[in-house]
Amino acid sequence: MNANNSEPVIVAFCCHYCAYAAADLAGSGRLQYPPNIRIVRSPCTGRLEINFFMRAFEAGADGVLVAGCEEGSCHFKEGNYLAKGRVNTARQLLEEAGLEPERLRMVNVSAASSQKFAEYVREMVETVSKLGPSPVKKIIDIKDANKEQTGAIQ
Amino acid sequence: MIVAERKTIPELVDILRPHKNILVLGCGTCVTVCLSGGEREVSIISSALRIASRVQGLNFKIDELTIERQCDNIFIEQAAETIQKADAVLSTACGAGVQAIAERFPEKPVYAGLNTTFLGILEERGVWTEKCAACGTCVLHKYGGICPITRCAKRMMNGPCGGSREDRCEVRPDRPCAWQLIYKRLKDIKQLERLTEIEPPKNWNSSLSGGPRALIREDHKI
Ligand code: SF4
Ligand code: SF4
Repeated sequence: MNANNSEPVIVAFCCHYCAYAAADLAGSGRLQYPPNIRIVRSPCTGRLEINFFMRAFEAGADGVLVAGCEEGSCHFKEGNYLAKGRVNTARQLLEEAGLEPERLRMVNVSAASSQKFAEYVREMVETVSKLGPSPVKKIIDIKDANKEQTGAIQ
Repeated sequence: MIVAERKTIPELVDILRPHKNILVLGCGTCVTVCLSGGEREVSIISSALRIASRVQGLNFKIDELTIERQCDNIFIEQAAETIQKADAVLSTACGAGVQAIAERFPEKPVYAGLNTTFLGILEERGVWTEKCAACGTCVLHKYGGICPITRCAKRMMNGPCGGSREDRCEVRPDRPCAWQLIYKRLKDIKQLERLTEIEPPKNWNSSLSGGPRALIREDHKI
């Protein structure tokens, strides 16, 4: 990822019920947003574990965006609240490890908010571009990690 | 269960700095339940250490393994080969687990990845509280099942101290006054008269004051 250090690569974990639909809507509505994100669809942001974010950074992501439903409207009631706590803990861990916590951010968007989604992506790309490429290049083979670990990103 | 919490990544980096091939060894029992040292936490701590190593140019090579129990030989044996291959082990078990590994691998540096904190329970989601200090002579029957040694900040055997505000402990306002709880519980189970008896000073020989403790069961020895 990001071998030539020019364009930041951002992994976006999107909830199937909101942000993923918003991204889809942004596409069909021909909304422009930077092509730096790699979307990973999740059944709910509550499915996302701290190690998913950590693995993304280990694999060389420059930033990770977690996009879940608006607070109070999670399809599974509390998944986005769980994700919020995990994102905050992961940010703390990243900071302790020496990586800028701003590289990981959680946002809340509804399925109809394609504009908002595009805006969040733009903001994220801007933040990460300012920080520069992640100092953590590809340090593990994610396929090997998957063999050993349950829960690592596919 | 035994409750523990992780040390910070800078602390761990400092401890592990002299080593290259490091095994982060998890335990599948208490520390898994209190979300501090099981398979998932091993994965998280390992990731954070790899990131730290990369950012700080430390050259750590981190391996991960979690066994069912680190305080039990049968399970430790399953990890023997992996432990032998590592330069050092960072154990995310409780202090007993860390020492069990260290004793069995005398040539291997073994470090604690967690701070072992207390014996307690899961009070509500994400909240663990201390319930027992393993004093060696349990007196719970006299106090309606609420431990004054562990849960009263002043360890009063003949409480309360008189300083509680409402039902809060004066030392830790975020915690309930243990003696308020004892009174209420004894009243509920109709044993309030127990409080008329004066409890003599406790003999602490059975606790840590008597030196390291061991339990020997002749009926189970070979
Ligand atoms: S009296 Fe001693 S053994 Fe009983 S709960 Fe309190 S500390 Fe634990
Ligand atoms: S307020 Fe209650 S719990 Fe706190 S020290 Fe006094 S008796 Fe013990």
